[in-house]
Amino acid sequence: MIVDLLLWPALAALLWVNRRRPLLWPLVALALLLLFNRLFTPGFFALEIRDGRLYGTLVDVLNQGSKVMLLALGMTLVIATGGVDLSVGATMAIAGAVMARLAGVSIPVALGGGLGVALLAGAWNGLLVSAFRIQPIIATLILMVAGRGVAQLVTDGQIINFEQPALVYLGNGSLLGLPFTLALVLGMFVLTALLVRRTALGLFIEAIGDNETAARFTGLPARPVKFLVYVFAGLCAGLAGLVAASNIKSADANHIGLYLELDAILAVVVGGTALTGGRFQLAGSLVGALLIQTLGTTLYARNVGADVATVPKAIVILAVCLLQSPVLRAKLAGLRRPAPAALRKEGAA
Amino acid sequence: MNLAKLRPSARLLPVLASLGVLILLYAGGCLMFENFGSLRVLINLFGDNAFLGVAAVGATFVILSGGIDLSVGAVVAFTGVLIASLIGHGQPPLLAIGLALGFGAGFGALMGALIHLYALPPFLVTLGGMFLARGLAFVVHPESLSIDHPFYGEFISQTLSVPVSRRLAIPFTAFALIAVVLAGTALARWSRFGRNVLALGSSESSARLMGVPIGSTKILVYTLGGFLSALGGVVATFYMQSGNPASFVGLELDAIAAAVIGGTLLRGGVGYIPGTLVGVLILGLIQTLVIFQGTLNSWWTRIAVGGLLFVFIVLQQLTSRRRDG
Repeated sequence: MIVDLLLWPALAALLWVNRRRPLLWPLVALALLLLFNRLFTPGFFALEIRDGRLYGTLVDVLNQGSKVMLLALGMTLVIATGGVDLSVGATMAIAGAVMARLAGVSIPVALGGGLGVALLAGAWNGLLVSAFRIQPIIATLILMVAGRGVAQLVTDGQIINFEQPALVYLGNGSLLGLPFTLALVLGMFVLTALLVRRTALGLFIEAIGDNETAARFTGLPARPVKFLVYVFAGLCAGLAGLVAASNIKSADANHIGLYLELDAILAVVVGGTALTGGRFQLAGSLVGALLIQTLGTTLYARNVGADVATVPKAIVILAVCLLQSPVLRAKLAGLRRPAPAALRKEGAA
Repeated sequence: MNLAKLRPSARLLPVLASLGVLILLYAGGCLMFENFGSLRVLINLFGDNAFLGVAAVGATFVILSGGIDLSVGAVVAFTGVLIASLIGHGQPPLLAIGLALGFGAGFGALMGALIHLYALPPFLVTLGGMFLARGLAFVVHPESLSIDHPFYGEFISQTLSVPVSRRLAIPFTAFALIAVVLAGTALARWSRFGRNVLALGSSESSARLMGVPIGSTKILVYTLGGFLSALGGVVATFYMQSGNPASFVGLELDAIAAAVIGGTLLRGGVGYIPGTLVGVLILGLIQTLVIFQGTLNSWWTRIAVGGLLFVFIVLQQLTSRRRDG
C-alpha cells in the first residue's frame, strides 16, 4: 500500500514534468506496464525489509536492469555520434574474466584489471572508427566475434569462481537498503550527464552525429570525440561486466553479456535517441533499459519461459520502430490535417 | 558498377586476397597434418558448411543492397524445428520443406516491407525479426527434435549423394551449396534484379534518380534473404537430421563475416557471391584446422575469424580509399 502511495504520484509527477519532452513516451510505456502488473500480477509490488535490506520484484528489476542501464549510458553517446557498438556484450565477458582471474591477487588489481581491459577494448573500437575510418557496425563487429574467444582465453575455457567479499558486494551488496548497483548506475548517470551537459562535449557529440562533415568544417575535433565516445562505451561495458560476474560470483565467458549489446541498443532507441545520430536522451536510455527489464521480469513473473519471451520483445522493438518512423508519423499527422506534399516525399526517402 | 569496370584490379583485390588465404590455409594444413589433403576433408568442408554457405549468399545480397540481416540464425533454427515438427506430426517432408521455404520468404518480405514502407533502420527491424523467429521456434517445439523419416534417412543421405569411392560420397548438401552459389552469382551479375540491388547499395538517391524501383528491389532482396535463410535451414536439417530451436545462435555473424572476407563491402554496392563461398570455406578451414590440431580449443576459431575480419576490413578500407583519392 505504501508502495502505491509513493509510486503512482511519483510516476504521475514525472509524466507531468515531461509532458512536452521526448521522455514522455518511454515513461508512458513504463507506467502502463507497471499498471498492468499492479492489476494482474499478484505480488509484483510486494516489498519487505529483511536484515535492513529491501527485497521484492521491483528491487530485482532495478538490480537486474543495472547492467543494461550501464551499457545504455555508453551506447547513447556512441549512437549519438551516428555510430553503434556491437562489442559491449563481448567486452563485458572479457572484463568479468579478467576480474575473476585477478581476484586472488588483490581487490584493486582485479577491479583495475577488469576496467583497464574494457578501456582497451573501447580504445580499439575507437581507433578503428576514428583513425581507420571504418564503419562502426563493422569495426565493432570484429570484437563482437573475437571478444568471447579472448574472454575464454583469459579463463582458459573454465568458469572461474571467486569468493572475495568486496567483489561479491559489487553485484549483490546493498547500500542504504537498496542494491549497490543502483548507486553505481546513478553515480555513472550523474557523472555522464555532468560531462555532456555541463561542458560542450554533448553539443560536439550531437553536432558530429547530425552531420560529421559540417561539424569538422566548423572546427570540431570530430575524430578525438568519436574515439573518446567508444572508450567511454568500453568503460561502461567494463563496469557492467564486473557487475555481471559479481552477480554469479564467477566469470562465465560464454554467457556473460550475451545479447546485452542488443538490449542496450534497444534501450537507447526506446529512450528516444535515433539510430541515425544527433540529439540524444541520456535519461530516456535509462527509462528504456528499465522498460526492457520490467518487460522481461513481467514475463518471468507470469511464467512465460525465457525462450519464448523473445516474441513480446520483438513486438516491442517493431512497435517502437514504427512509432518513431517519420513516414508513419507523417501519415498519422495527415489524419488530423493533411501533411504538406514536401514532407511526405521526404518521409518516403 | 562503373567503378568496378574502371578499376577491376583494386576491386578484385580483396577477393584475390581471400582466395590466397584459402589456398595458404589449405596448403598449410596439408603440410602440417598427414590426412588433411585427403578427399574426405575436402568433401566434408563443402558438406558441413553448406547451410552456412546458403544462408551467407542470402546475407550477401542483403548487404549488397546496403542493408543488413540479423535474423539469419534465428530463421535457420526456426525452419529446422518447423520441418522437424511437421514431419513429426505426420506431414510429408516435401510439404514441410515447402512450407518452411514459404515461411522464410514471407518473413523476409515482411521485414523488407517494414524497412521500405516506414523508412525503418534495417538493423532494428531484422533485430526484431531475430527475436521473433527465435521465440517462435521455441513456441513450435521447446527442445531438439530429431527427424525420423525414410525421406531423410535414405533418400537424402544415400540416393541423392554421389559416391566417389566405396566409403566416400559427396553429400547432397554440397551440391545444394554449389547450386545456390552459381544461381546467386548469375542473379547478381546478369539479372536486372541484381543490377538494381547493386545500384541501390551504391547510392539509394542516385538509384532512385536513375529509375531503379527502390521499393520492390528492397522488399525483394529481404525476401530473397529470408528464403535463402530458410533454405539454409532445410539444408541444415539434411545435415543434422534434427531441428533445434536453440541452435545456430550467432550464425548471422558468421554469414556476415564470410561475406566481408569474401570481398563484399558492408556499406553496400560492391561484392561478389563467389567471394562469399571463399569466405565460408575459409571459416570452415579454420574450424577444420583447429579440430585437426587437437590441443587448440574451439575459442581460437573465433579469435582467428575476428583477426581475419580485421585484416580484410582494413584491406577493403585501403583499396576503397585509393579509389577515392
